[in-house]
Amino acid sequence: MLLILLLIIPLLTGLVSFLLKDPKAVKVWSIFGALVTLIVASVAFCGIKEAHALKVDMQWLPALGANFSLEATAGTLLMTLLTAMAFVLVYLAQWNKTIEHSSRFFALMGLSASGLMGVFLANDLLLFYFFWELALIPVYFLAGQWGGKDRIKASMKFFIYTFFGSLLMLAGLIYLYTSTPDYSFAYSSIATTGAQLAPEVQGVLFTLFFIAFGIKMPIFPLHSWQASAYEQSYTPVTVVMSALMVKMGLYATIKWLIPIFPNVDKIFYGVIMTLAVIGIIYGSLLAIAQKDIKRLIAYSSLAHVGLMIMGAFSQNEFATEGLYLQMFNHGIIITGLWLLVDIIENRYQTRNMTELGGMAANAPKAAIALVIITFASVSLPLTNGFVGEFLLFLGIFNSAYECKIWYMAIAGLGIILGAIYMLNMVQNVAYGDKKEMAVADLSWNEQLSIYLIIIVIIVLGVYPNMVLDLL
Amino acid sequence: MKPLIATAVFAILMMFASLYAKEKRSLSNFAAILMLGLVGLNIWELVDYTHLLKSADADPYLFKKMLRVDNYALWFNVLITGASLLYVLLFRRSIEGVGKHVGEYYALHFFILCGIFLVSSYNNLLILFLGIELMSIPQYVLAGSDKHNLKSSEASLKYFLMGAFSTGFLLMGIVLLYGAMGTFELNGFNFYKTGTLSVMGVLGILFMLVAVGFKVSAAPMHFWTPDVYDGSPTPFTAFMASIVKVSIFLAFMRLFMEGFANMDPYWKVMVLGVMAALTLLIGNITAVYQQSVKRMLAYSSIAQAGFMLFVVIGSDVLAMKGMVLYAVAYTLATLGIFAVLVKLKDYTYDGFNGLAKKEPFLAVVAAVCMMSLAGIPLTAGFFAKWYVLASAIKQENTFWLVVFALVMAAVSVYYYFKVIIAMYFKKGEPELSTPVTAIDKALMAIVVCAIIVLGVAPEMLFSWI
Repeated sequence: MLLILLLIIPLLTGLVSFLLKDPKAVKVWSIFGALVTLIVASVAFCGIKEAHALKVDMQWLPALGANFSLEATAGTLLMTLLTAMAFVLVYLAQWNKTIEHSSRFFALMGLSASGLMGVFLANDLLLFYFFWELALIPVYFLAGQWGGKDRIKASMKFFIYTFFGSLLMLAGLIYLYTSTPDYSFAYSSIATTGAQLAPEVQGVLFTLFFIAFGIKMPIFPLHSWQASAYEQSYTPVTVVMSALMVKMGLYATIKWLIPIFPNVDKIFYGVIMTLAVIGIIYGSLLAIAQKDIKRLIAYSSLAHVGLMIMGAFSQNEFATEGLYLQMFNHGIIITGLWLLVDIIENRYQTRNMTELGGMAANAPKAAIALVIITFASVSLPLTNGFVGEFLLFLGIFNSAYECKIWYMAIAGLGIILGAIYMLNMVQNVAYGDKKEMAVADLSWNEQLSIYLIIIVIIVLGVYPNMVLDLL
Repeated sequence: MKPLIATAVFAILMMFASLYAKEKRSLSNFAAILMLGLVGLNIWELVDYTHLLKSADADPYLFKKMLRVDNYALWFNVLITGASLLYVLLFRRSIEGVGKHVGEYYALHFFILCGIFLVSSYNNLLILFLGIELMSIPQYVLAGSDKHNLKSSEASLKYFLMGAFSTGFLLMGIVLLYGAMGTFELNGFNFYKTGTLSVMGVLGILFMLVAVGFKVSAAPMHFWTPDVYDGSPTPFTAFMASIVKVSIFLAFMRLFMEGFANMDPYWKVMVLGVMAALTLLIGNITAVYQQSVKRMLAYSSIAQAGFMLFVVIGSDVLAMKGMVLYAVAYTLATLGIFAVLVKLKDYTYDGFNGLAKKEPFLAVVAAVCMMSLAGIPLTAGFFAKWYVLASAIKQENTFWLVVFALVMAAVSVYYYFKVIIAMYFKKGEPELSTPVTAIDKALMAIVVCAIIVLGVAPEMLFSWI
């Protein structure tokens, strides 16, 4: 029941938002809906030990063999919690801003929240595909209607790229479906069927599915949509894209890719690990060269996700725990970063690092928040970023690859490069000597959301067992 | 067959009504009433036959085995007539605006429907020929009915000449098949009667394939489609692109499923597979370059025909369900987008700029229809593509064809979404040629609701099959 609520509450919130005309009323309604979703997600998370008891299984299309079936594992509930939290934080930070066509904006955000929840919770392949697409469409509209000058082209590229991947997945999906003995989409029968296919066939299907998930994450050669899409969209939308949709791809990999095709040639895994490692270095190097802070964080996201992909394909307990934890942590950290970028852009009207500077003198709270969240992004110990990355490295070390030491070394290099560009960014934005720009410090709602993020960062950095015990 | 005779009678009634009608609107109203009556007749027929066919000695054959009546065909007739009713109600103002002879236009529509009823339940190739001709000749006239427009005359002439040529192919194919099989009846074809594959029979199939492929605008017989659809008056294009096209597909499917069933499936997949791939490729790639939404829809109808060809490739129960679902989804989406198109003055993409601000309801209708045509989940188009592809994938050697079809579907997203981008993300002042009435809005709302309901629960459509 709780799982259905997680799907329905954002959906209803969104649909009703279409009808409300008063911008204030829409904001209040959306934040109310997001808070209720957060409460439900937290309640579900607290009952995490009996996660399997939350299963939902209803008839949907009996002739096709598709059921409306939802299931949650511990990791799933962590993801839904992240989704709920991210939306609350974003809405809080937007409280004092006016958005054009706000009813449409909040409606689309609600629909995308519902789609995201569905991707994490779906236990039926057709339902999963449905929600996969459903999470994409509102985000496309959000990216295309609000944002920078080149947003139409950027959002179109993002949409077609991602949709192309989804269609490739659909081909594999249809083949898998027709190979099940009883024409069913349920997770159990799909998993057994996939495991019984010939390794070459598994390889083909693996590739098709992986292209779809890889475009979402994104992994190195399939990432060209990311920088412009993140840069051009309106920052709350970027939060959805970067904090949540990325996790969709990663989660799908561990649930729908690796367990269903266990007998693929191990060379696939080797190729993916190599691509992920290249992505880390490539993303970091590109981030160092950026002047626009949004593009910088977009490329840094590419680098961080590279490490998470390596954890996903390392297949041991440390790696999986680290992956879930890091997904949550990265989601929180990157939400904080994007919110701060939004604040900086609103105050200074520019995102170019050469024109920014001296924020610490005028807006000390914002500067301190920026510093702390940057440290979390660089994985400084005492922040949650450290715990997640450490576990991932441990996972890679415990994996079965011959070149794992090389992987770890190069990924570690990526962390150092990360320190370079992030600290450079903080230096240029918060410190430096352009003190003449007097800007307002954080308003109460921005403070609330940023401080909540900082609290999570530090608490999970100091006592990660809170979450790790449950995983 | 009550509806068959009734349609012909209604057509003649319409022709006579045009003598007595004082104004065009009364002719439209009369046509709508007759169409409603036709829907009722079809439903009556369906209910009747469902009872009749349940008895042990039920004989589905009529007219000395020339027609075969079953639940599937009758349900399809009901759906097509319903779609025609929707069409008549949605497009009445634009049909009246085409020219003076409104009664004749409606009469021609009824004749086309008569052909559709023949073609959905034929068992004899001569009836197929009769039905196809009954469907085509009124279309030649309708295509050219805008007498003041040179493009309309060009469309009509092109369609007529090429259509007549393809009818020649059809007749030749039927004759060759008769020569090989000794019978015109679909269920009497046996290609291995003499022990080896009958060459004359295969030649007959090829000729018929060319002819029927022309009618459904499959490549490489698709060259007439863009000019004809673009030149015809817009309401008639809507009718041609949606209702007529899906009906001929039903005939196509029946021909291959029942008539040519004992042909070597591999060979069938090769020819039809190549045709489908070519159709998808040409339809989608050329649609990307179009500047006018009407012409884009013409090319996209070629691409959709490519998808519907998969129904013929995978000939099984799933394909039959897929045919009905694709027919309904495609017809609803086409009627919806044409209903919006007909209200605008400028048919290019720029004519749609800023429509979301000026007419938000029209923009929503157009957006949902475009998404259904693109195959986005939650719309009927997704499940239509699903059924069609799932039925094809079970044949041998079709996996890469299905992957190719999905890649082409990704291409189609580009030009379908260009309309959505123009409406929602760009600014402009679209001009409406006719105002949107409350009835129009109600009908368009019905279309949108049907698309979304079928997108969530497509099984509702199959309860009668």
